[in-house]
Amino acid sequence: MSDTATAEDIRKHVRVYMIVFGSLAVLTVVTVAVAYLDLPIWPALILALLIATVKGGLVAGYFMHLVSEKKVIYWILGVTAAFLFFMFLLFISAHSDQEGFALVA
Amino acid sequence: MGDYSPPPSHTPILSTPIPTMEIPFTVAARPDTGVYNAKLGVWLFLASEVMLFGGLFSAYVFLRIGAPEWPGMIDGEMVTRAHNILNVPLATLNTMVLIASSVTMVMAWASLKLNNFGKYKLYMGLTILAAFGFLIIKAIEYGSKFSHHLYPSESTFLAIYFTLTGLHALHVIGGIVVNSYFWGPGSKMWKTNPAQFTNRIEIAGLYWHFVDLVWIFLFPTIYLL
Repeated sequence: MSDTATAEDIRKHVRVYMIVFGSLAVLTVVTVAVAYLDLPIWPALILALLIATVKGGLVAGYFMHLVSEKKVIYWILGVTAAFLFFMFLLFISAHSDQEGFALVA
Repeated sequence: MGDYSPPPSHTPILSTPIPTMEIPFTVAARPDTGVYNAKLGVWLFLASEVMLFGGLFSAYVFLRIGAPEWPGMIDGEMVTRAHNILNVPLATLNTMVLIASSVTMVMAWASLKLNNFGKYKLYMGLTILAAFGFLIIKAIEYGSKFSHHLYPSESTFLAIYFTLTGLHALHVIGGIVVNSYFWGPGSKMWKTNPAQFTNRIEIAGLYWHFVDLVWIFLFPTIYLL
């Protein structure tokens, strides 16, 4: 978020916050509705995480102002994402190395 | 050792004025980073929080892919879906409460940007109330589990459920403490340094939105899959 934002800019942002709020509420209902469809585990997982990622993106992008943040913040988050990915990979590779990969419902 | 001689009694050691030092870049952006220092600090803190919750999420995935059934045997019965054992309507309500609190938090910051301190107090107060609401709903949920003697020791699923949701609840409590300070005594800064106070609310908001973000992933992962 720019530190030089004018009052009019802020009022525009407020309108965006309300749209994001509505979108998050709708997506929460969709998340729950999809869960009660009793889909097989993989489609259910992919769909649930996809919706969660969209919701998370809206919160991070607009409420945390990441859509207009400085480069240094993107770098911090990029490095964090790389470490996080590596950590997940370690856990999953440790398991698949022993038993193969299977997700139970 | 014998060379020591005390300073002459007329030397005013304690009355020498100590130069005051201001913390740099609390309002203006630091030229090399482009952001004020506190914002950079909070983002670094949030990066460490990502790794903390990421580690626990990894543990969840690891436990789940290694389990023959999930959630598995709980209280002598085979449970095949998490929503058969957890209270999804209450958790959905909690999701809505937390999302609403994120909106009121960002509105508190926007109110300060618009020089409306009264609105700030209102929105920040609502954020704190929503946070308490979240904890009350969570307590009802936990209470229902405990009344059925369902503790973390009952199963792997319940252990990771209580760990993840419990750690998240601790973060909510932390948010209440910080936001209450900025709603109450900390808000005096608005009169002396409004720009710095607005920045403080922005970074308190970053933390609060992160707590919301974690719940957005926790909710489907733990309750619905």
